[in-house]
Amino acid sequence: MPFITIDNQEIEFEDGMTVMQACELAGVEIPRFCYHDRLSIAGNCRMCLVEMDKSPKPIASCAMPATEGMKIKTNTDSIKRARKGIMEFLLINHPLDCPICDQGGECDLQDQALHYGLDRSRYEENKRAVKNKYMGPLVGTIMTRCIHCTRCVRFSTEIAGVDDLGLLGRGENAEITTYLEKAIESELSGNVIDLCPVGALTNKPYAFKARPWELNKTESVDIFDAMGSSIRIDTLGKKTLRVLPRLNEEINEEWISDKSRFAIDGLSKERIDIPYIKRNGKLISTEWDEVLNRITQEISKHGKENTLALSGKFTDIETLFATKYFVQSLGSNFFDCRYDNAQFIENQRSSYLFNSSIQEIDNAEVILLVGTNPRWEASVLNARIRKSYINNDCKIGLIGKKIDLTYEYSHLSDNIEHLNDLLNDRSPFSELLKNSKKSLMIIGNSAINFRDGKEVLNVCSEIAKKYNISTNNFNGFNVLQQDISKAGAIDIGFYNNDFAQNFDQKIKDHISKFNPVVFLLSCDEINHSILEGAFIVYLGHHGDVLAQLANVVLPTPAYTEKSSTYVNMEGRVLQTTRCYHPLGESKEEWKIFRSLSNNFSQKLRFNNLSELRNEISNLFPVFKEINNLPSSSKLDFGSATKIENRVLEYNIKNFYMTDVISRASITMANCSREILNKVA
Amino acid sequence: MKHPGMINIVSDTSNEIFEWSERNFSKVKIVIEKYPAGKQQSAVIPILDLAQRQNNGWLNRSAIEKVSETLSMSFIRVMEVVSFYSMFNLEPVGKNFIQICRTTPCWLRGSNKLLDVVKEVTGCNLGETSEDKKFTLVEVECLGACCNSPMVQINDDYYEDLNEDNFRKVLLKLKNNENINKGSQSGRRGSSPEKN
Amino acid sequence: MLKEEDKIFKNLYGKEDWGLKGAYKRGIWSNTNAILARGNDYIIEEIKKSELRGRGGAGFPTGLKWSFMPKNSGKPHYLVVNADESEPGTCKDREILRNDPHLLLEGCLVSGFAMHAHNCYIYIRGEYYNEALNLQKAIDEAYEAKLLGKDACGSGWDFNIYLHRGAGAYICGEETALLESLEGKKGQPRLKPPFPAESGLYGFPTTVNNVESIAVAPTILRKGAKWFANLGNPKNTGTKIFSISGHVNNPCNVEEEMGIPLKELIETHAGGVIGGWDNLLAIIPGGASVPLIPKSICDTVKMDFDNLLKVQSGLGTAAVIVMNKSTDIIESITRLSNFYKHESCGQCTPCREGTGWMYRIMKKMIDGSVQLEDIDKLDDVTRQIEGHTICALGDAAAWPIQGLIRHFKPEIERRIAEFNKKKEVA
Repeated sequence: MPFITIDNQEIEFEDGMTVMQACELAGVEIPRFCYHDRLSIAGNCRMCLVEMDKSPKPIASCAMPATEGMKIKTNTDSIKRARKGIMEFLLINHPLDCPICDQGGECDLQDQALHYGLDRSRYEENKRAVKNKYMGPLVGTIMTRCIHCTRCVRFSTEIAGVDDLGLLGRGENAEITTYLEKAIESELSGNVIDLCPVGALTNKPYAFKARPWELNKTESVDIFDAMGSSIRIDTLGKKTLRVLPRLNEEINEEWISDKSRFAIDGLSKERIDIPYIKRNGKLISTEWDEVLNRITQEISKHGKENTLALSGKFTDIETLFATKYFVQSLGSNFFDCRYDNAQFIENQRSSYLFNSSIQEIDNAEVILLVGTNPRWEASVLNARIRKSYINNDCKIGLIGKKIDLTYEYSHLSDNIEHLNDLLNDRSPFSELLKNSKKSLMIIGNSAINFRDGKEVLNVCSEIAKKYNISTNNFNGFNVLQQDISKAGAIDIGFYNNDFAQNFDQKIKDHISKFNPVVFLLSCDEINHSILEGAFIVYLGHHGDVLAQLANVVLPTPAYTEKSSTYVNMEGRVLQTTRCYHPLGESKEEWKIFRSLSNNFSQKLRFNNLSELRNEISNLFPVFKEINNLPSSSKLDFGSATKIENRVLEYNIKNFYMTDVISRASITMANCSREILNKVA
Repeated sequence: MKHPGMINIVSDTSNEIFEWSERNFSKVKIVIEKYPAGKQQSAVIPILDLAQRQNNGWLNRSAIEKVSETLSMSFIRVMEVVSFYSMFNLEPVGKNFIQICRTTPCWLRGSNKLLDVVKEVTGCNLGETSEDKKFTLVEVECLGACCNSPMVQINDDYYEDLNEDNFRKVLLKLKNNENINKGSQSGRRGSSPEKN
Repeated sequence: MLKEEDKIFKNLYGKEDWGLKGAYKRGIWSNTNAILARGNDYIIEEIKKSELRGRGGAGFPTGLKWSFMPKNSGKPHYLVVNADESEPGTCKDREILRNDPHLLLEGCLVSGFAMHAHNCYIYIRGEYYNEALNLQKAIDEAYEAKLLGKDACGSGWDFNIYLHRGAGAYICGEETALLESLEGKKGQPRLKPPFPAESGLYGFPTTVNNVESIAVAPTILRKGAKWFANLGNPKNTGTKIFSISGHVNNPCNVEEEMGIPLKELIETHAGGVIGGWDNLLAIIPGGASVPLIPKSICDTVKMDFDNLLKVQSGLGTAAVIVMNKSTDIIESITRLSNFYKHESCGQCTPCREGTGWMYRIMKKMIDGSVQLEDIDKLDDVTRQIEGHTICALGDAAAWPIQGLIRHFKPEIERRIAEFNKKKEVA
């Protein structure tokens, strides 16, 4: 490996590194504003100037490739002067409004001014004022603060793939804006707020809510899609004020979707925080003892062996486990997680996981999307596909309705029968797949949420084997789950084979036959007409439609209020962290079932969370390891049946409103209205 | 002073729809062919110029969006170009768009006096358009005809070797819709060292 | 004085036909094929030997620049001609473009061929509308006469020239900004490396040359490098078009030998300084970007790259802006500061923020309404910009002010004193 000398210290560096990266390797910090690891190099802030031997002028270290034998100096007087100069230029037209700036306390400009700047201003002219720009309901702007680093422009064009932001004008009149001040039309727009090194682009809903140092910061996991992105939740008392991404190269890099970031105002709207019981068609607030007794009576009355439990989008492992064993203790095997009718193959973990891992998207040469709109089902994952499209010239094919995915793709068909063509070498994509060294297949909910879902999976498996998408060492057969709860629910067997293929009809039959007690575990997306005749016990945190139909409503904590285990789409076990105590009288679901079990012959064995988790991992060893990617399993299923003609319809109709929290969020309602032009 | 070429805001005259004239549309095709296949973005400046000529010397929202569509570019990328270059006007201009050079070589030879003359004849201050829409007056930076200074650009043509008298004559002729000769107003050929 | 037969630009003033017929008469396009037949390497070598330095301002050796182009890259190569003449004081290329366009076109073929380029773009400033019309006409004539296009001049080399008009941005005269603009973007300079010879237009090997540099190439090749190198001084060879403007009796463009004494240039060709040589205050010898020199230096300085560098100025584009004693020297430079503020692309911090700051201080200096310390502050600001920007516009904005402070500090101080006195009286 080549050598470079930085401040008289000789170090080895990797080919392809820039001088700045080499400096970091040497432990020398280089100040910067415009440079960002994941964006193209702009070199415009000039803060990272260093001295290079044989160059009469200082060089921008972010842009200069490191070469063998180069001698770099970062701490000479002339560099110190240069940095002071740049800081002064950046500050002359920057307002001194730090006391009222939301970026205050976490501002690159503030921090670097302290370290590298002058302690007084020599600027006696009027400061420039720049008109604020409207960028939509999420990103607030105070454009006078902008230092023109263009990170936001680069993010939107390069990562988000929407040509919405630009730098208009020139010279000192240059200004960042969207065309005609329209809202940024991206599900990732909030990330520009994190990228902005100053307080020019700010979190609009969070404006003036708090100062960063007074916030309680909790590292947790996002639950709005099945990726399980790493996040930090900032709270003040029992209020979630903002959500920020945490760096996680394997999952979300350093991005999160706008729903993950901004739906949180929904956490304090329409909340259920006390138990309710229905009397004369009205839900009346009541005490825990009373509801639990009532449920006990109803279970016995309706025949406990017919008791049914259905899970939803956010149902965590602890809940699923406690519910399953409670229901089984009643002598019932009726529980299921397939409210959306999405199919999988029993005992075949690879039939419901994103087997290749999310990170492997980076290396894909060809990606075949089957019945999925990744932009809405996993926005950050979609940005990875775009990255692969840009970096590796990855070719993408789509079976499903034409949509804007932010990259070019071959539209193969609207119809799932195209799988037959792929299997029989008659697809225009066949040739590409054959010649590709690494291909991925991503199967979405819309492909498998039908009665032929299993056949689709089987045929896809055959296609994967045929085109070496799945080999002995690598499995590129991927199912893109939409819910953070799904993979885990299947893992712990929260399903009943009798309910496969046509969930609605089969549940309906079961309920109309037995009129049982039905536990809905934040199961809000279910077709409620099938529940007719049941005694509905709703566990959840939002007064959505189903809560209102319930006979009993039990308040449970939202994801910020409890510590939960989830399995993400890759099969990775993840744990969220409680930020504050549950609102009102909410109780964790496992506690509820633990209490209920006291009223029956068979008591659940765990008395606290760690006992519960121990029991889970004893029975399901998968849960022993947290955060690890499971070793990829081979495709041990598949058959070449003919897939019937069916036009694919994506099941998500509105990205901003997919669950109880986002439906309660005013911010998300604003996005629906302004970005999707949907009446909220 | 405001120069219509140095502003960043589009006029949203949504009731005016810009469509290529047949003649210009055929020119568009010829221009795009100058650049390699797939590099039609290269044509954005010449195509915007065509649009501006067709649209009486300025670009409104409809024209900008038509150019974007013609070249398969996003609106914001075209808007960046429009706002960056000084020759693209984002506000209407008069029939005679008068650009007086104010940079040092012209100033040394009396461009200030020309400014007085033009204000008097047209009744416009800098950045203004006359009521009869005949004149728009702006100051610009060096136009690259310094050996024939002071000089003024009116629409596409340069008027050079000006003084208060011959400039007044030029302006009055324009006012009366009379023909004028472009180039040197002192009668010399090009930038030869003839006595003025 | 340059001998008539040594002049390259025989129709600089447009007294003869600028079209193809006139060009033939002046020996342009005569047996161009024979030049090409000598081969790429020969052409580049000969230009190197002529010691021709780029005429766009920086004075980089042209032959050396051409030799940076890869030999067998397997990619398309481009020649781009920089006709975005915008440096205040400079109007020489305009005369070539409108009065002798075929001289440029022949140069394009010869140099493009030498650099393995089949395609050439001429980027002309948008305001040169009539010049562009002439040039386009000349291109059409040349295609018609099979001098360009397939098998150009019967050489077997296919060569296309496309004219591209800009739209008003001084910064597009910077070669990488020009390439950005040619690609249909804002004219914001690129970071270097990579240099255009490696990754230029559309990412392919590209050489950008000034109009005059390209236009002189065929004559050098016809008359020989030796002839060119014998004119002027070593490393500062050949002939050069000087644009003389400002306070002279006959402002003009004139082709002269490199190294001609400034005083001789002005007195012989421009009819002398208005009010006589003794009425001279200062001269900007190379376009707005170079520091001015006071009369004492003008008395003896010779007009070439190295001699002007010695007096802390530069030849730049050889645009001589003459200012006599009637000039308000501070306002004169302030106007240049305004120019740079107006033309800064806004990309990098020092130039975007610094040009406006400098202009605003300068503007106050005209009537002396600043403090004495502000002179040092201004000088300091220029040095915070100089060398810290992506392109040379930052330096160009800083140098005229540095030149002013270097040579006219007493004048600035005098105005401050005067202003303070007036204030006291009031």
